[in-house]
Amino acid sequence: MSEHNELLVDVRNLKKHFTKGRDVWGRTTDVLKAVDGVSFQIKRGETFGLVGESGSGKSTVGRCLLRLYDYTSGEVHYDGHDLSALGERELKPYRRRIQSIFQDPYSSLNPGMNVLELIGEPMDIHGLQRGEERKEFVASLLERVGLKREHLYRFPHEFSGGQRQRISIARALSVRPDFVVCDEPISALDVSVQAQVINMLEDLQSEFGLTYLFIAHDLSMVRHISDRIGVMYGGRLVEVAPSDELYDNPLHPYTKALLSSIPVPDPHVVSERVEWVREPGSVIPDLREVSPGHFVAME
Amino acid sequence: MAERLLSVENLKVSFFTAGGENQAVRGVSFHIDAGETVGIVGESGSGKSVTAKALMALTPPPGKMVAGDIKFRGESVSRLSDKDWRKIRGNQIAMVFQDPMTALNPVQKIGKQMVEVIRRHRGLNQTAALSEAIEMLRQVGITEPERRVNQYPHEFSGGMRQRVMIAMALSCQPELLIADEPTTALDVTIQAQILELLGRLKERSNTSIALITHDLGVVAQVCTRVIVMYGGMVMEEGTVEDIFYRPKHPYTKGLLRSLPKRESGFKERLVPIEGTPPNLLDPPPGCPFMERCPHAMETCAALPKVTEVSPSHRYMCWLAEGAEEARVQ
Repeated sequence: MSEHNELLVDVRNLKKHFTKGRDVWGRTTDVLKAVDGVSFQIKRGETFGLVGESGSGKSTVGRCLLRLYDYTSGEVHYDGHDLSALGERELKPYRRRIQSIFQDPYSSLNPGMNVLELIGEPMDIHGLQRGEERKEFVASLLERVGLKREHLYRFPHEFSGGQRQRISIARALSVRPDFVVCDEPISALDVSVQAQVINMLEDLQSEFGLTYLFIAHDLSMVRHISDRIGVMYGGRLVEVAPSDELYDNPLHPYTKALLSSIPVPDPHVVSERVEWVREPGSVIPDLREVSPGHFVAME
Repeated sequence: MAERLLSVENLKVSFFTAGGENQAVRGVSFHIDAGETVGIVGESGSGKSVTAKALMALTPPPGKMVAGDIKFRGESVSRLSDKDWRKIRGNQIAMVFQDPMTALNPVQKIGKQMVEVIRRHRGLNQTAALSEAIEMLRQVGITEPERRVNQYPHEFSGGMRQRVMIAMALSCQPELLIADEPTTALDVTIQAQILELLGRLKERSNTSIALITHDLGVVAQVCTRVIVMYGGMVMEEGTVEDIFYRPKHPYTKGLLRSLPKRESGFKERLVPIEGTPPNLLDPPPGCPFMERCPHAMETCAALPKVTEVSPSHRYMCWLAEGAEEARVQ
């Protein structure tokens, strides 16, 4: 996308390995390489989609960017600063600027807090507005995400899934972030409600100049919302391209297999399914630019 | 004319909870013919899964079938005793659930669980049942079934476990297979394999399938007929072509419109259905979709009649009445 030129997030050779087993001496014997050398960039104002099957490492990448995980190696540069080098205290301003929305709005909101407390909590943590001023701000934010002022003193169980996800979004936006990691934000929602939330995310993006990392397995929604998409497999990126380019001209056999698996909501369109099985023991090579902006991990 | 396998008349199921009577299914009627694949679509709370469970008399307490009749091969099965039901379940009607991990016993080998089912329903001896189990696993695309029968459920991936469930359900050669969101928990590539498997089974046997799902893509790819549910009622029913190319009900139209388009080059804004699904503790007396319907009018406060568009296609909406009046004038 030509309008997004300023680099906001720069992930360089990110690795996150989990210890699966230890011997009696406590030495690591088995390692799960959830993310094993991933590099990509996100420009300010764009939406970068990350797709892949369960276990591909896409959510782990999101959690590393949020520094919910300390990564094994690699660097994450945010707005020109290397976050991997920062301690918790120096990280705090970035924790405000980088916010998240998760899949399950039923478990991500504390059931014992009302809406005002839920949305106000991040503002307290980062020392933003207090008292009456804060209440006004929260109320205006609620109205912005399609809820009402009278919802301020209600609790999460009084809302539907879609409304809870709106509360999560308001909570994320309460500290005026510039980057939001959306990890499967609509997959727990009803089909008829998903489009509402997607439209709202798009509106908020243009209003507040937000940048999104959109992690999902619903490929048709990812195509709709993303400017560029990265496809993950086995902890590695196998292909990165602008959305339409990826869907119209997929190059990696896994991308082809993934796209051909989407059931098309049209009874007369029969997609020819491509299968791909990775050769056991084979290594996924680094990404290589094959045409402007289109990267693929193939020899 | 195909043989009528199952017919459901005015089915009503309620859950009697501390908060009141939750009317999950409020008068549902439909039928399934031999050899058909019928999709039952709807979002959570539409009553699709409750309907599916009621078909096998598996409504969990505090739920209860409060009215209606279910006929299997022309005979009413809704008042059968537990003992009589056990002869039908598995033998004639089998079910596959969304989560294969919770449906399988984690501490028993796959082979043992399958043999138990086959022996119980088909009266084979141990050796014959085991070779039948191996054959069924091979048919659903599990490689080295001789070795796999000696493994436990945790040694199978999610997609493989779902194949085991399908193999188990089909091992008794049922006439109707009820699949409740069989691919929702799976990755798209695995989902495609399972859907292909269901398609292949259709070619080989005359088993009818009732596929419960919220995914319109899955419906379009596998089903021959579709029942669209909302708020515990059937909003529209028709062939896949009726539903996808000639939808009549505003809810069906809204669902189809809210899907992202696949054309490239420009970014079209999605058209959502505004609002939220109705509360079934105190359901609206009229059309359940009224609150969210762009065409809602005063008459919608009363329950609309079912209008038949063609012998295969019917829907429940006041707009149909209006359209006919307009034609008369």
